[in-house]
Amino acid sequence: MFKKILIANRGEIAVRVVRACHEMGITAVAVYSDVDRASLHVRKADEAYPIGAPAASESYLNIEKILAVATRSGADAIHPGYGFLSENAKFARACADAGVKFIGPTAAAMDAMGSKTKARQAMERAGVPVVPGTLRGLESFEQAEEVAARIGYPVMLKAAAGGGGKGMRLVLAPQELKPALEGARSEAERSFGNSEVYIEKAIINPRHIEMQVLADEHGNTVYLGERECSLQRRHQKVVEEAPSPMVDSDMRRRMGEVAVRVARAAGYTNAGTVEFLVDQSETDQKKNFYFLEMNTRLQVEHPVTELITGLDLVHLQIRIAAGERLPFTQNEVQIRGHAIECRIYAEDPDNNYFPSPGKITLLQAPSGPGIRRDSGMYEGWTVPMDYDPLLAKLIGYGTDREQAISRLTRALNEYFVGGIKTNISLFRRILSDPDFRAAKMDTGFLDRLLRRKVPDAPADPKAIEVAVIAAGIFAVLGSAASGADEHSLASESTRSELKTASNWKSAARREGMR
Amino acid sequence: MTYDIIIDGEHYRLDLNRADGRWSCFVDGREVEVDAVLVRPDVLSLRIGNRAYEVKCERVGADTHVWVGSERFAAEVHDPRSLRGRVREVDERGPKKLTSPMPGKIVRVLLSEGAEVEAGTGVLVIEAMKMQNEIKSPKKGTIQKILVSEGAAVNAGDLLAIVD
Repeated sequence: MFKKILIANRGEIAVRVVRACHEMGITAVAVYSDVDRASLHVRKADEAYPIGAPAASESYLNIEKILAVATRSGADAIHPGYGFLSENAKFARACADAGVKFIGPTAAAMDAMGSKTKARQAMERAGVPVVPGTLRGLESFEQAEEVAARIGYPVMLKAAAGGGGKGMRLVLAPQELKPALEGARSEAERSFGNSEVYIEKAIINPRHIEMQVLADEHGNTVYLGERECSLQRRHQKVVEEAPSPMVDSDMRRRMGEVAVRVARAAGYTNAGTVEFLVDQSETDQKKNFYFLEMNTRLQVEHPVTELITGLDLVHLQIRIAAGERLPFTQNEVQIRGHAIECRIYAEDPDNNYFPSPGKITLLQAPSGPGIRRDSGMYEGWTVPMDYDPLLAKLIGYGTDREQAISRLTRALNEYFVGGIKTNISLFRRILSDPDFRAAKMDTGFLDRLLRRKVPDAPADPKAIEVAVIAAGIFAVLGSAASGADEHSLASESTRSELKTASNWKSAARREGMR
Repeated sequence: MTYDIIIDGEHYRLDLNRADGRWSCFVDGREVEVDAVLVRPDVLSLRIGNRAYEVKCERVGADTHVWVGSERFAAEVHDPRSLRGRVREVDERGPKKLTSPMPGKIVRVLLSEGAEVEAGTGVLVIEAMKMQNEIKSPKKGTIQKILVSEGAAVNAGDLLAIVD
């Protein structure tokens, strides 16, 4: 087993891997960019090394710097997390050359699957159904025009190196093609250092279901059940759950077997995910699924699979990378209960979900039965503007879907992040939506929900009265801070409150005088 | 102490006094029995009668919100003894400012000064946290001024362009 693992990532996933290391008695090494010195993953790690400027290309995407830290710290393996270098075959190869084990698939398997275009070619050869489109990157705008006209609009442009909705554009009509192609290319270049973009027929409002696979280095490959990931915004997953309410055990077995075939065709090892688009024509009971892509890494949403299988995917990734055999067979994989994950982003729901970096002034986190929280934030931390706005994942688990929803709803009501805007309120809307409750979901669900105005539910008059009184009390405590009355509700913590409340009051005064 | 409190645009008069750790409280002249404990900065545990509430105070930029459970209210507190009477009107006519909703970098300027725009036409693209976001014109009109160039770093609230 490894003695020391370097985690080439930041945020909640870096914390997640640090925890797994500690559970396994392994020393965890963090790396951080200049704006991440105070980040949670640095605080939790055993060793931490600076790797440069905030721009990812100067730090978390910089292979030389990360390998230099691996050498300097004596790490014998590197966990890449998700995003950044996790699907970079060049990095996997560089790790192998430097004698450090990359915790993930081999560079060759990544080459086969990591590029969406190459994966499409391989799957077509293996007879796995794919969505119509180009099997290679687009060479010119004229080619894009020609292919789009042939397969018919709407079409989807996608970065070959893509993931997380970056470098991806839906094109509804020919005149949108050119700006969309330019936008997708520049975003792909910026995000992945590779501007290759391909085109495929857009299947409107499909379901997005993915299958978790796990393969050891001795030829054993298993599937661990599916995740329903249809709730997306800007092609970014927002809510994921396992199992999918639309998948029965027969469909699970069929999809799982295809996923295992896909993984075997690529010589895949370690944890991976095979994504499918599922069309759900009302007339066809059979529910067709098309191979979309394989994600050659640990997924953001892996906790829902962990909860329903009782397995720890990061532990297993580390054991597999250390050369151990899978400790169970396909038949021993049991699915039990239901889990739903909400991705808490630093985004402003009142302002078109623009990113909202800033300082977290107040944080109250939920806990209790059936709640798991994988978080990279803490009170007093300033969310940097340089990276993905994912702050934390809140996962609810229950014996069935209904209980998972009610636990998650309860936990969301306990969750409070002050000082920055987050999308927590969006999840309350989603979880109370009748279609969501009835599991009627597709990838267009969230856009439809967001187009509907937030119903102007008349606010509870009692709650308004409470708000009036509380606003006044906060202001009174402000005047106490200026020295008039200090025995107030005095506790140690009151003092800083007095200060902020007084700021509020002076701001209120300034406003009033304008 | 008397306050003029505005919750979600509605005015309320609050008379609030404290003696010996007890609050005396009148909302619009009606007495309410209140017991308050500040459990930590920005968090109040309130008892109104025997109903218990947790209330949080949140400030983001110039906005203050009071959260009662998971219900959020925009709150303004005015001390009537200070000058007041500010009336803010939403005026659709006249020049409109496009400001940056977040800190980030201008990656593209889509239009130049003098260009005709409809409400909702994209004017600039800002990148922050790896996402590109289009800043759209709030009204139909002409781009009067573009105040930033591609590559510029901007802060939340920075003036980007003016549409008239």
